[in-house]
Amino acid sequence: AALGTSVQAEEALDPNTWEEVTNYCNFYEFGTGKGDPSAYADRMTTRPWSVTIDGLVDRPGDYSFEQILGEMTLEERIYRFRCVEAWSMVVPWQGFELADLLNMAGVQGGAKYVSFETLYRPSEMPGTAYKVLDWPYREGLRLDEAMHPLTMMATGIFGKPLPNQNGAPLRLVVPWKYGFKSIKSVVRVTLTDQEPPTSWNMANRREYGFYSNVNPDVSHPRWSQASERRIGGGLFAKRQPTLMFNGYGKEVASLYEGMDLARHF
Amino acid sequence: MHRVNQLLRRLPVWAVYLFGALPAFWLFYLGLTGGLGVEPIKALEHEYGGLALQLMVLTLAITPLRRLAGLNLMKFRRAIGLLCFFYVSCHLLVWLVLDVQIIGEIFADIARRPFITIGMGGFILMLPLAVTSNNVSVRRLGRSWPRLHRLTYAASLLGALHYVMLVKGFQIEPLLYLGAVIAALGLRLPAAPFRRQQPAPKASGGT
Repeated sequence: AALGTSVQAEEALDPNTWEEVTNYCNFYEFGTGKGDPSAYADRMTTRPWSVTIDGLVDRPGDYSFEQILGEMTLEERIYRFRCVEAWSMVVPWQGFELADLLNMAGVQGGAKYVSFETLYRPSEMPGTAYKVLDWPYREGLRLDEAMHPLTMMATGIFGKPLPNQNGAPLRLVVPWKYGFKSIKSVVRVTLTDQEPPTSWNMANRREYGFYSNVNPDVSHPRWSQASERRIGGGLFAKRQPTLMFNGYGKEVASLYEGMDLARHF
Repeated sequence: MHRVNQLLRRLPVWAVYLFGALPAFWLFYLGLTGGLGVEPIKALEHEYGGLALQLMVLTLAITPLRRLAGLNLMKFRRAIGLLCFFYVSCHLLVWLVLDVQIIGEIFADIARRPFITIGMGGFILMLPLAVTSNNVSVRRLGRSWPRLHRLTYAASLLGALHYVMLVKGFQIEPLLYLGAVIAALGLRLPAAPFRRQQPAPKASGGT
Protein backbone atom coordinates (compact mmCIF):
# COMPACT_ATOMS: atom_id res chain seq x y z
CA ALA A 1 0.00 0.00 0.00
CA ALA A 2 2.85 2.36 0.80
CA LEU A 3 4.03 2.44 -2.80
CA GLY A 4 0.65 3.41 -4.22
CA THR A 5 -0.01 6.10 -1.66
CA SER A 6 3.36 7.77 -1.87
CA VAL A 7 2.49 9.02 -5.33
CA GLN A 8 -0.52 10.82 -3.95
CA ALA A 9 1.58 12.11 -1.09
CA GLU A 10 3.67 14.06 -3.53
CA GLU A 11 0.72 16.02 -4.84
CA ALA A 12 0.76 19.64 -3.74
CA LEU A 13 -1.19 20.07 -0.54
CA ASP A 14 -3.78 22.80 -0.33
CA PRO A 15 -3.97 23.99 3.30
CA ASN A 16 -7.19 24.49 5.21
CA THR A 17 -8.10 28.00 6.31
CA TRP A 18 -7.02 29.67 9.54
CA GLU A 19 -10.65 29.68 10.64
CA GLU A 20 -10.99 25.93 10.11
CA VAL A 21 -7.72 25.01 11.79
CA THR A 22 -8.29 27.22 14.85
CA ASN A 23 -12.01 26.53 15.44
CA TYR A 24 -12.25 22.78 15.11
CA CYS A 25 -9.97 21.30 17.73
CA ASN A 26 -9.72 18.47 20.19
CA PHE A 27 -8.07 19.69 23.39
CA TYR A 28 -10.07 17.97 26.12
CA GLU A 29 -8.42 20.02 28.88
CA PHE A 30 -10.77 22.78 27.71
CA GLY A 31 -13.84 20.64 27.06
CA THR A 32 -14.92 17.83 24.78
CA GLY A 33 -16.74 20.01 22.22
CA LYS A 34 -14.87 20.88 19.03
CA GLY A 35 -15.46 24.58 19.75
CA ASP A 36 -14.51 24.43 23.45
CA PRO A 37 -10.76 24.89 22.92
CA SER A 38 -11.19 28.03 20.83
CA ALA A 39 -13.69 29.34 23.40
CA TYR A 40 -11.70 28.66 26.56
CA ALA A 41 -8.03 28.08 25.75
CA ASP A 42 -7.23 31.80 26.03
CA ARG A 43 -7.29 31.20 29.80
CA MET A 44 -4.06 29.24 29.55
CA THR A 45 -0.91 31.19 30.48
CA THR A 46 1.84 30.38 28.00
CA ARG A 47 4.46 32.93 29.11
CA PRO A 48 6.68 32.07 30.88
CA TRP A 49 6.92 28.51 29.58
CA SER A 50 9.52 25.90 30.06
CA VAL A 51 9.96 22.31 29.02
CA THR A 52 11.49 19.81 31.41
CA ILE A 53 13.71 17.42 29.50
CA ASP A 54 14.77 14.53 31.66
CA GLY A 55 15.36 10.80 31.86
CA LEU A 56 18.11 9.26 29.77
CA VAL A 57 19.68 12.51 28.55
CA ASP A 58 23.12 14.05 29.08
CA ARG A 59 21.85 17.54 29.91
CA PRO A 60 18.57 17.21 31.81
CA GLY A 61 16.85 20.37 33.00
CA ASP A 62 14.14 22.96 32.55
CA TYR A 63 14.59 24.64 29.20
CA SER A 64 12.72 27.91 28.76
CA PHE A 65 10.73 28.37 25.58
CA GLU A 66 12.96 31.31 24.56
CA GLN A 67 16.09 29.27 25.19
CA ILE A 68 14.75 26.46 22.98
CA LEU A 69 13.78 28.88 20.20
CA GLY A 70 17.26 30.40 20.36
CA GLU A 71 18.83 27.03 19.60
CA MET A 72 16.47 25.93 16.83
CA THR A 73 16.01 26.86 13.21
CA LEU A 74 12.35 27.30 12.30
CA GLU A 75 11.02 26.03 9.01
CA GLU A 76 7.61 25.59 7.43
CA ARG A 77 6.12 22.14 6.82
CA ILE A 78 2.73 21.59 5.19
CA TYR A 79 1.37 18.29 6.47
CA ARG A 80 -1.81 16.30 6.22
CA PHE A 81 -3.42 15.93 9.64
CA ARG A 82 -5.70 12.91 10.15
CA CYS A 83 -7.79 12.66 13.31
CA VAL A 84 -8.70 9.23 14.68
CA GLU A 85 -12.33 10.43 14.40
CA ALA A 86 -12.03 10.19 10.59
CA TRP A 87 -11.77 13.87 9.73
CA SER A 88 -8.71 15.53 8.29
CA MET A 89 -7.09 18.85 7.50
CA VAL A 90 -3.96 20.17 5.84
CA VAL A 91 -1.99 22.46 8.14
CA PRO A 92 0.96 24.74 7.38
CA TRP A 93 3.12 24.37 10.50
CA GLN A 94 6.22 26.25 11.57
CA GLY A 95 8.66 24.58 13.88
CA PHE A 96 11.77 22.46 14.13
CA GLU A 97 12.60 18.79 14.06
CA LEU A 98 12.09 16.99 17.35
CA ALA A 99 15.47 15.34 16.74
CA ASP A 100 17.16 18.75 17.10
CA LEU A 101 15.52 19.29 20.49
CA LEU A 102 16.47 15.81 21.67
CA ASN A 103 20.05 16.27 20.47
CA MET A 104 20.21 19.57 22.35
CA ALA A 105 19.63 17.59 25.55
CA GLY A 106 21.86 14.71 24.40
CA VAL A 107 20.12 11.35 24.05
CA GLN A 108 21.89 8.59 25.98
CA GLY A 109 22.62 5.17 24.51
CA GLY A 110 20.06 3.28 26.56
CA ALA A 111 17.11 5.45 25.52
CA LYS A 112 14.46 3.63 23.46
CA TYR A 113 11.32 5.74 23.88
CA VAL A 114 10.30 9.35 24.39
CA SER A 115 7.35 10.33 26.53
CA PHE A 116 5.60 13.71 26.50
CA GLU A 117 3.30 15.50 28.90
CA THR A 118 0.83 18.34 28.37
CA LEU A 119 0.46 21.18 30.85
CA TYR A 120 -2.00 20.27 33.62
CA ARG A 121 -3.26 23.43 35.29
CA PRO A 122 -6.87 22.94 36.46
CA SER A 123 -7.34 26.63 37.34
CA GLU A 124 -6.93 27.50 33.66
CA MET A 125 -8.39 24.35 32.14
CA PRO A 126 -12.13 23.96 32.74
CA GLY A 127 -12.25 20.57 31.01
CA THR A 128 -10.03 18.98 33.63
CA ALA A 129 -12.84 19.33 36.20
CA TYR A 130 -14.07 16.06 34.68
CA LYS A 131 -12.00 12.94 34.53
CA VAL A 132 -12.55 12.44 30.81
CA LEU A 133 -8.96 11.21 30.74
CA ASP A 134 -6.39 10.52 33.41
CA TRP A 135 -4.70 13.96 33.45
CA PRO A 136 -2.11 15.10 32.63
CA TYR A 137 -2.37 14.15 28.96
CA ARG A 138 0.52 11.87 28.01
CA GLU A 139 1.90 10.63 24.73
CA GLY A 140 4.89 8.69 23.57
CA LEU A 141 6.98 7.64 20.58
CA ARG A 142 9.59 5.05 19.92
CA LEU A 143 12.99 6.76 19.71
CA ASP A 144 13.36 6.09 15.97
CA GLU A 145 9.93 7.64 15.36
CA ALA A 146 10.90 10.61 17.47
CA MET A 147 14.19 11.08 15.61
CA HIS A 148 12.55 10.76 12.17
CA PRO A 149 12.99 13.93 10.10
CA LEU A 150 9.22 14.23 9.52
CA THR A 151 8.57 14.45 13.28
CA MET A 152 8.50 18.05 14.38
CA MET A 153 7.80 20.35 17.28
CA ALA A 154 5.53 23.12 16.00
CA THR A 155 5.52 26.63 17.40
CA GLY A 156 3.32 28.24 14.77
CA ILE A 157 0.74 27.87 12.03
CA PHE A 158 0.18 30.10 8.99
CA GLY A 159 3.30 32.04 9.92
CA LYS A 160 1.85 33.11 13.27
CA PRO A 161 2.54 31.82 16.78
CA LEU A 162 0.42 28.79 17.70
CA PRO A 163 -2.97 29.83 19.07
CA ASN A 164 -3.59 28.31 22.51
CA GLN A 165 -6.28 25.96 21.20
CA ASN A 166 -3.75 24.47 18.77
CA GLY A 167 -1.26 23.69 21.52
CA ALA A 168 0.71 26.87 22.30
CA PRO A 169 3.49 27.53 22.72
CA LEU A 170 4.88 24.28 21.33
CA ARG A 171 3.48 20.91 20.38
CA LEU A 172 4.43 17.69 18.72
CA VAL A 173 3.44 16.96 15.09
CA VAL A 174 3.71 13.39 13.80
CA PRO A 175 1.98 13.49 10.42
CA TRP A 176 1.69 9.73 9.81
CA LYS A 177 -0.08 9.04 13.11
CA TYR A 178 -3.59 9.86 14.28
CA GLY A 179 -3.84 13.41 15.57
CA PHE A 180 -4.06 12.54 19.27
CA LYS A 181 -0.43 11.40 19.13
CA SER A 182 0.57 14.98 18.28
CA ILE A 183 0.43 16.13 21.89
CA LYS A 184 -0.20 19.81 22.60
CA SER A 185 1.29 22.42 24.96
CA VAL A 186 4.21 20.20 25.94
CA VAL A 187 5.82 20.77 29.35
CA ARG A 188 7.83 17.59 29.72
CA VAL A 189 9.88 15.34 27.47
CA THR A 190 11.35 12.22 29.05
CA LEU A 191 13.71 9.71 27.45
CA THR A 192 13.13 6.19 28.76
CA ASP A 193 14.06 2.61 28.04
CA GLN A 194 10.47 1.36 28.33
CA GLU A 195 7.31 2.00 26.34
CA PRO A 196 5.63 4.86 28.23
CA PRO A 197 1.94 4.87 29.17
CA THR A 198 -0.15 7.08 26.86
CA SER A 199 -3.46 8.73 27.71
CA TRP A 200 -5.84 7.28 25.13
CA ASN A 201 -4.28 3.86 25.41
CA MET A 202 -4.81 4.02 29.17
CA ALA A 203 -8.42 5.12 28.65
CA ASN A 204 -9.21 2.37 26.15
CA ARG A 205 -6.57 -0.16 25.26
CA ARG A 206 -8.73 -1.85 22.64
CA GLU A 207 -9.44 1.32 20.68
CA TYR A 208 -6.16 3.27 20.83
CA GLY A 209 -2.85 1.51 20.41
CA PHE A 210 0.56 2.87 21.30
CA TYR A 211 1.54 3.22 17.64
CA SER A 212 -1.71 4.61 16.24
CA ASN A 213 -0.31 4.91 12.75
CA VAL A 214 -2.90 6.05 10.22
CA ASN A 215 -4.04 2.79 8.65
CA PRO A 216 -7.13 2.48 6.42
CA ASP A 217 -7.10 -1.31 6.85
CA VAL A 218 -7.39 -1.34 10.63
CA SER A 219 -10.78 -0.10 11.81
CA HIS A 220 -11.39 1.67 15.04
CA PRO A 221 -13.75 -0.71 16.87
CA ARG A 222 -16.51 1.88 16.57
CA TRP A 223 -15.96 3.21 13.07
CA SER A 224 -14.14 2.50 9.83
CA GLN A 225 -10.81 4.19 9.15
CA ALA A 226 -10.96 3.46 5.42
CA SER A 227 -12.09 6.96 4.52
CA GLU A 228 -12.06 10.43 5.96
CA ARG A 229 -13.80 13.76 5.55
CA ARG A 230 -11.65 16.75 4.84
CA ILE A 231 -12.80 19.68 6.95
CA GLY A 232 -14.05 22.65 4.95
CA GLY A 233 -16.22 20.92 2.35
CA GLY A 234 -19.50 22.07 3.90
CA LEU A 235 -22.69 20.09 4.34
CA PHE A 236 -22.22 18.00 1.20
CA ALA A 237 -18.51 17.22 1.52
CA LYS A 238 -17.54 13.89 -0.05
CA ARG A 239 -15.45 11.38 1.84
CA GLN A 240 -12.00 10.64 0.51
CA PRO A 241 -9.97 7.46 0.92
CA THR A 242 -7.55 7.43 3.84
CA LEU A 243 -3.94 6.81 2.84
CA MET A 244 -1.66 4.29 4.55
CA PHE A 245 0.57 6.20 7.00
CA ASN A 246 -1.53 9.23 6.01
CA GLY A 247 0.37 9.34 2.72
CA TYR A 248 3.84 9.30 4.29
CA GLY A 249 4.53 5.61 3.65
CA LYS A 250 7.54 6.24 1.47
CA GLU A 251 9.22 8.07 4.32
CA VAL A 252 8.16 5.99 7.33
CA ALA A 253 7.06 2.49 6.28
CA SER A 254 10.60 1.18 6.86
CA LEU A 255 10.27 2.00 10.58
CA TYR A 256 7.72 -0.78 10.88
CA GLU A 257 9.24 -3.42 8.65
CA GLY A 258 8.36 -6.91 9.80
CA MET A 259 5.76 -5.67 12.29
CA ASP A 260 2.16 -6.85 12.16
CA LEU A 261 0.42 -3.47 12.04
CA ALA A 262 -2.97 -5.00 12.76
CA ARG A 263 -1.59 -6.22 16.08
CA HIS A 264 0.63 -3.22 16.81
CA PHE A 265 -2.07 -0.71 15.84
CA MET B 1 -50.61 24.07 38.27
CA HIS B 2 -54.33 24.37 37.48
CA ARG B 3 -53.62 27.69 35.68
CA VAL B 4 -50.80 26.15 33.68
CA ASN B 5 -53.02 23.26 32.66
CA GLN B 6 -55.74 25.69 31.60
CA LEU B 7 -53.27 27.62 29.46
CA LEU B 8 -51.97 24.39 27.95
CA ARG B 9 -55.50 23.35 27.08
CA ARG B 10 -55.77 26.43 24.91
CA LEU B 11 -52.54 25.66 23.06
CA PRO B 12 -53.47 23.89 19.81
CA VAL B 13 -51.63 20.67 19.04
CA TRP B 14 -50.73 21.85 15.54
CA ALA B 15 -48.65 24.61 17.13
CA VAL B 16 -46.59 21.97 18.91
CA TYR B 17 -46.04 20.15 15.62
CA LEU B 18 -45.12 23.37 13.86
CA PHE B 19 -42.76 24.83 16.44
CA GLY B 20 -41.38 21.41 17.22
CA ALA B 21 -40.43 20.75 13.62
CA LEU B 22 -39.07 24.23 12.85
CA PRO B 23 -35.63 23.70 14.47
CA ALA B 24 -34.95 20.85 12.03
CA PHE B 25 -35.21 23.22 9.06
CA TRP B 26 -33.45 26.05 10.87
CA LEU B 27 -30.51 23.78 11.77
CA PHE B 28 -30.28 22.51 8.20
CA TYR B 29 -30.22 26.10 6.97
CA LEU B 30 -27.48 26.94 9.51
CA GLY B 31 -25.50 23.93 8.31
CA LEU B 32 -25.74 25.15 4.72
CA THR B 33 -24.67 28.68 5.54
CA GLY B 34 -21.79 28.04 7.95
CA GLY B 35 -23.76 28.58 11.16
CA LEU B 36 -22.83 25.15 12.51
CA GLY B 37 -19.09 25.61 12.24
CA VAL B 38 -16.53 24.18 9.84
CA GLU B 39 -17.80 20.58 10.10
CA PRO B 40 -21.55 20.95 9.64
CA ILE B 41 -22.26 17.28 8.93
CA LYS B 42 -21.30 15.96 12.35
CA ALA B 43 -22.75 19.08 13.96
CA LEU B 44 -26.14 18.56 12.29
CA GLU B 45 -26.10 14.84 13.09
CA HIS B 46 -25.44 15.60 16.76
CA GLU B 47 -28.00 18.42 16.94
CA TYR B 48 -30.76 16.17 15.56
CA GLY B 49 -29.71 13.29 17.80
CA GLY B 50 -29.67 15.54 20.87
CA LEU B 51 -33.13 16.93 20.13
CA ALA B 52 -34.44 13.40 19.62
CA LEU B 53 -33.09 12.36 23.02
CA GLN B 54 -34.57 15.43 24.70
CA LEU B 55 -37.98 14.75 23.16
CA MET B 56 -37.67 11.11 24.17
CA VAL B 57 -37.07 12.08 27.79
CA LEU B 58 -39.99 14.53 27.60
CA THR B 59 -42.33 11.82 26.24
CA LEU B 60 -41.35 9.53 29.08
CA ALA B 61 -41.79 12.35 31.60
CA ILE B 62 -45.40 13.10 30.67
CA THR B 63 -46.99 10.40 32.81
CA PRO B 64 -44.83 10.99 35.92
CA LEU B 65 -45.28 14.77 35.56
CA ARG B 66 -49.04 14.37 35.56
CA ARG B 67 -49.13 12.02 38.49
CA LEU B 68 -46.49 13.62 40.65
CA ALA B 69 -46.76 17.31 39.72
CA GLY B 70 -50.27 17.49 38.31
CA LEU B 71 -48.98 18.91 35.03
CA ASN B 72 -51.15 17.65 32.20
CA LEU B 73 -49.38 17.28 28.86
CA MET B 74 -51.36 14.24 27.72
CA LYS B 75 -52.90 16.20 24.88
CA PHE B 76 -49.43 16.70 23.36
CA ARG B 77 -48.02 13.25 23.99
CA ARG B 78 -48.61 11.96 20.48
CA ALA B 79 -47.16 15.14 18.94
CA ILE B 80 -44.06 14.98 21.12
CA GLY B 81 -43.59 11.30 20.41
CA LEU B 82 -43.91 11.83 16.66
CA LEU B 83 -41.55 14.80 16.78
CA CYS B 84 -39.06 12.55 18.55
CA PHE B 85 -39.42 10.02 15.74
CA PHE B 86 -39.03 12.85 13.22
CA TYR B 87 -35.72 13.94 14.76
CA VAL B 88 -34.46 10.36 15.02
CA SER B 89 -35.25 10.01 11.30
CA CYS B 90 -33.45 13.27 10.49
CA HIS B 91 -30.47 12.08 12.55
CA LEU B 92 -30.43 8.76 10.68
CA LEU B 93 -30.77 10.43 7.28
CA VAL B 94 -27.86 12.78 7.95
CA TRP B 95 -25.78 9.80 9.00
CA LEU B 96 -26.74 7.76 5.91
CA VAL B 97 -26.68 10.41 3.22
CA LEU B 98 -24.25 13.09 4.38
CA ASP B 99 -21.95 11.33 6.84
CA VAL B 100 -21.18 7.73 5.82
CA GLN B 101 -22.29 8.07 2.17
CA ILE B 102 -20.97 4.68 1.11
CA ILE B 103 -23.63 1.93 1.02
CA GLY B 104 -21.15 -0.86 1.82
CA GLU B 105 -19.84 1.00 4.85
CA ILE B 106 -23.37 1.71 6.06
CA PHE B 107 -24.19 -1.99 6.28
CA ALA B 108 -20.76 -2.82 7.69
CA ASP B 109 -21.25 -0.17 10.39
CA ILE B 110 -24.73 -1.41 11.32
CA ALA B 111 -23.51 -4.99 11.57
CA ARG B 112 -20.13 -4.47 13.20
CA ARG B 113 -20.31 -1.36 15.37
CA PRO B 114 -22.34 -2.08 18.50
CA PHE B 115 -23.29 1.55 19.13
CA ILE B 116 -24.68 1.81 15.61
CA THR B 117 -26.43 -1.57 15.86
CA ILE B 118 -28.07 -0.35 19.05
CA GLY B 119 -29.06 2.99 17.56
CA MET B 120 -30.52 1.23 14.53
CA GLY B 121 -32.39 -1.13 16.86
CA GLY B 122 -33.93 1.85 18.63
CA PHE B 123 -35.06 3.32 15.31
CA ILE B 124 -36.61 0.04 14.18
CA LEU B 125 -38.52 -0.26 17.47
CA MET B 126 -39.91 3.23 16.87
CA LEU B 127 -41.27 2.39 13.40
CA PRO B 128 -44.39 0.48 14.55
CA LEU B 129 -45.00 3.21 17.12
CA ALA B 130 -44.99 5.93 14.48
CA VAL B 131 -47.14 3.86 12.11
CA THR B 132 -49.78 3.15 14.77
CA SER B 133 -49.91 6.64 16.19
CA ASN B 134 -53.08 7.57 14.24
CA ASN B 135 -56.59 7.40 15.68
CA VAL B 136 -57.67 4.54 13.44
CA SER B 137 -54.84 2.35 14.73
CA VAL B 138 -55.55 3.29 18.32
CA ARG B 139 -59.17 2.18 17.85
CA ARG B 140 -58.38 -0.96 15.86
CA LEU B 141 -55.64 -2.18 18.18
CA GLY B 142 -57.73 -1.57 21.26
CA ARG B 143 -56.05 -3.05 24.30
CA SER B 144 -52.97 -4.12 22.32
CA TRP B 145 -52.18 -0.50 21.52
CA PRO B 146 -50.82 0.46 24.97
CA ARG B 147 -48.97 -2.81 25.14
CA LEU B 148 -47.37 -2.20 21.73
CA HIS B 149 -46.44 1.33 22.75
CA ARG B 150 -44.45 0.07 25.67
CA LEU B 151 -41.78 -0.41 23.01
CA THR B 152 -41.09 3.25 23.76
CA TYR B 153 -39.34 2.10 26.92
CA ALA B 154 -36.95 -0.18 25.06
CA ALA B 155 -36.40 2.34 22.27
CA SER B 156 -35.53 5.10 24.74
CA LEU B 157 -33.05 2.88 26.58
CA LEU B 158 -31.41 1.95 23.28
CA GLY B 159 -31.28 5.61 22.23
CA ALA B 160 -29.63 6.71 25.46
CA LEU B 161 -27.22 3.77 25.38
CA HIS B 162 -26.31 4.63 21.77
CA TYR B 163 -25.14 8.05 22.96
CA VAL B 164 -23.25 6.69 25.98
CA MET B 165 -21.36 4.26 23.73
CA LEU B 166 -20.54 6.86 21.11
CA VAL B 167 -18.42 9.30 23.09
CA LYS B 168 -14.69 9.10 23.68
CA GLY B 169 -13.35 9.00 27.22
CA PHE B 170 -15.51 9.43 30.32
CA GLN B 171 -18.17 12.06 29.63
CA ILE B 172 -21.04 13.25 31.82
CA GLU B 173 -23.70 14.42 29.35
CA PRO B 174 -24.67 11.07 27.82
CA LEU B 175 -24.87 9.57 31.31
CA LEU B 176 -27.33 12.32 32.29
CA TYR B 177 -29.64 11.30 29.43
CA LEU B 178 -29.36 7.65 30.36
CA GLY B 179 -30.04 8.57 34.00
CA ALA B 180 -33.12 10.57 33.01
CA VAL B 181 -34.48 7.70 30.92
CA ILE B 182 -33.87 5.18 33.70
CA ALA B 183 -35.47 7.49 36.26
CA ALA B 184 -38.54 8.03 34.07
CA LEU B 185 -38.87 4.29 33.56
CA GLY B 186 -38.22 3.58 37.25
CA LEU B 187 -41.16 5.78 38.20
CA ARG B 188 -43.37 3.37 36.28
CA LEU B 189 -42.41 0.34 38.35
CA PRO B 190 -45.11 -1.07 40.63
CA ALA B 191 -43.18 0.10 43.72
CA ALA B 192 -42.79 3.71 42.47
CA PRO B 193 -44.32 6.48 44.65
CA PHE B 194 -47.35 7.39 42.55
CA ARG B 195 -48.06 3.75 41.84
CA ARG B 196 -48.59 3.11 45.54
CA GLN B 197 -50.74 6.16 46.13
CA GLN B 198 -53.30 5.65 43.42
CA PRO B 199 -54.26 2.94 40.99
CA ALA B 200 -53.42 3.83 37.41
CA PRO B 201 -56.36 5.34 35.51
CA LYS B 202 -57.72 2.91 32.98
CA ALA B 203 -57.36 5.00 29.83
CA SER B 204 -53.69 5.98 30.06
CA GLY B 205 -52.46 2.41 30.18
CA GLY B 206 -49.34 3.39 32.01
CA THR B 207 -47.44 4.60 28.95
